[in-house]
Amino acid sequence: MRMSHSALALVRGALTGHTGWPRTWDSPLPRDRYKVIVVGAGGHGLATAYYLGRNHGITDVAVLEKGWLGGGNTGRNTTIIRSNYLQDASSAIYEKSRALYEGLSQELNYNVMFSPRGVMMLAQTEHEVRGYLRTARANYLQGVETRFITPEEVQKRVPIIRLDGPRYPVLGALWQPRAGTARHDAVAWGYARACSAMGMHILENCEVTGVRSDAGRVSGVETTRGAIGCERLAIVVAGHSGRLAQMAGFRLPVESVTLQALVSEPVKPCMDVVVMANTVHGYLSQSDKGEMVIGGGADGFNNFTQRGSWHHIEETVRALVETFPMLSRLKMLRQWGGVVDMTGDRSPILSPTPLGGCYINCGWGTGGFKAIPGSGWAMAEMVANEAPGPLAAPFGLERFREGRFIDESVAAGVAH
Amino acid sequence: MLMLTCPCCGVSAEETEFAPGGAAHLRRAGPGTPDDAFEAYMFQRDNPRGVHFERWRHAYGCGKWFLAARCTRTLRVLGTYSARTTEPPADLAAEPPVDLAADLRAPAAEAPA
Ligand SMILES: Cc1cc2nc3c(=O)[nH]c(=O)nc-3n(C[C@H](O)[C@H](O)[C@H](O)COP(=O)(O)OP(=O)(O)OC[C@H]3O[C@@H](n4cnc5c(N)ncnc54)[C@H](O)[C@@H]3O)c2cc1C
Ligand SMILES: [Zn+2]
Repeated sequence: MRMSHSALALVRGALTGHTGWPRTWDSPLPRDRYKVIVVGAGGHGLATAYYLGRNHGITDVAVLEKGWLGGGNTGRNTTIIRSNYLQDASSAIYEKSRALYEGLSQELNYNVMFSPRGVMMLAQTEHEVRGYLRTARANYLQGVETRFITPEEVQKRVPIIRLDGPRYPVLGALWQPRAGTARHDAVAWGYARACSAMGMHILENCEVTGVRSDAGRVSGVETTRGAIGCERLAIVVAGHSGRLAQMAGFRLPVESVTLQALVSEPVKPCMDVVVMANTVHGYLSQSDKGEMVIGGGADGFNNFTQRGSWHHIEETVRALVETFPMLSRLKMLRQWGGVVDMTGDRSPILSPTPLGGCYINCGWGTGGFKAIPGSGWAMAEMVANEAPGPLAAPFGLERFREGRFIDESVAAGVAH
Repeated sequence: MLMLTCPCCGVSAEETEFAPGGAAHLRRAGPGTPDDAFEAYMFQRDNPRGVHFERWRHAYGCGKWFLAARCTRTLRVLGTYSARTTEPPADLAAEPPVDLAADLRAPAAEAPA
């Protein structure tokens, strides 16, 4: 039974001690076979399943998750949502995604707490000023609303910032007013709830250990809960993509590294926008609970442990303290890491694979939370039609062989 | 924090003294290489969850490149060796079993991961 979430339901819940809420998604036994199996119940996998049902009427779908739903990078990220990328292909999918976030709470009847509070990317060198002016103009042509703002406007919007360096003075910023944050877990839970309501199966503690094929086409998977057949397979496992690709018999241009983040003790509201400082590799926002949420650059070497190098945290905080002196007085509460999947051009992969009926969605690296709705939309389209649509087409695996990169190493200069 | 020993100058130090340089033992694709071999050399990586052979540079020491075998699942450095080695050394290809009890007895003896 799925209860509709409303103000009335909340009041009823409050009066009955919040004991009457049904499970958000069901926990069924695996069937022998599904039309589509999605591997990985992170945001991208769940959104893929959701749009398969919503846009293409395919509901004979199972989402297999080796751990718990949303326990990968989706539950570990710093939730920045923006679409001010440089290349047209990126802007198309990231802006589609940002636009879907605007209406996602209503669409899912689940509060994902999308907060379009504005994202500011500081320009702290002359080079960065030129870069962001270029991005602002590219965004203008792409129909993405951004503009370059002066140091005075930066100060007005962010009183806690110190403009005058000394090492890296703030020379201006790229400002996207409708960018912001959302509640990461709620995005995964909201999609899961909607998938479950359509009759899809979400199978947790179900690790895929092998991929079965028949005459060059996928026929199913082996899992820790037994073999399950399928007609089509969508691999959406972020840092573990290499392993799944190996099971399916191909290699990827992806390496997995750890990206870390940390939060401070909660303080009173002091900053109501997201600020990113790419030159010094740090970014900052304040959560609804009042914690300062801090992230930085990814670690330098391959790593599957979800534990990062201490000195990266130190470098991030050291750099941010220069621009935000008040941070030096805060105690840090928690620090964690996630295994992110990095490609050479810092753009994702949405692609058919050498195995027929098998599609992969990975390479979102340090910045895929913002892309969950758009990526799910594009992936569902590809799986349903067995061919990439306009959003996914530029992100095919063949772009590496062809030297047709979608270079976002500048737009994604810092992890977010 | 990783601990690495530079095989060139013999210094053992924390990872902040070194710079990681990606996968080792890639065979450079020369002129006339077919596209798929070039793609494999340039982009595709094994990215193992297990023993990874990789390049490091003793950036804040002797400045030289060397190679290391490190487990990406446990962060143990299994050994370092000369950059002039063309094949992954067989004795470093598998991680020895982890003896947690020994770790607890002598925490300083092993590189803290
Ligand atoms: C510290 C940090 C900060 C970040 N900050 C931001 C940010 O501010 N903004 C932004 O846009 N992005 C950010 N990101 C990136 C973002 O988190 C990821 O790009 C995004 O969450 C990826 O989602 P996903 O669904 O692809 O992967 P995941 O959420 O990792 O889901 C993949 C799932 O696959 C499962 N899986 C793996 N192997 C198997 C198997 N064999 N069988 C079954 N299941 C399997 C995993 O358990 C996991 O649950 C950040 C990441 C980190 C780590
Ligand atoms: Zn040395």
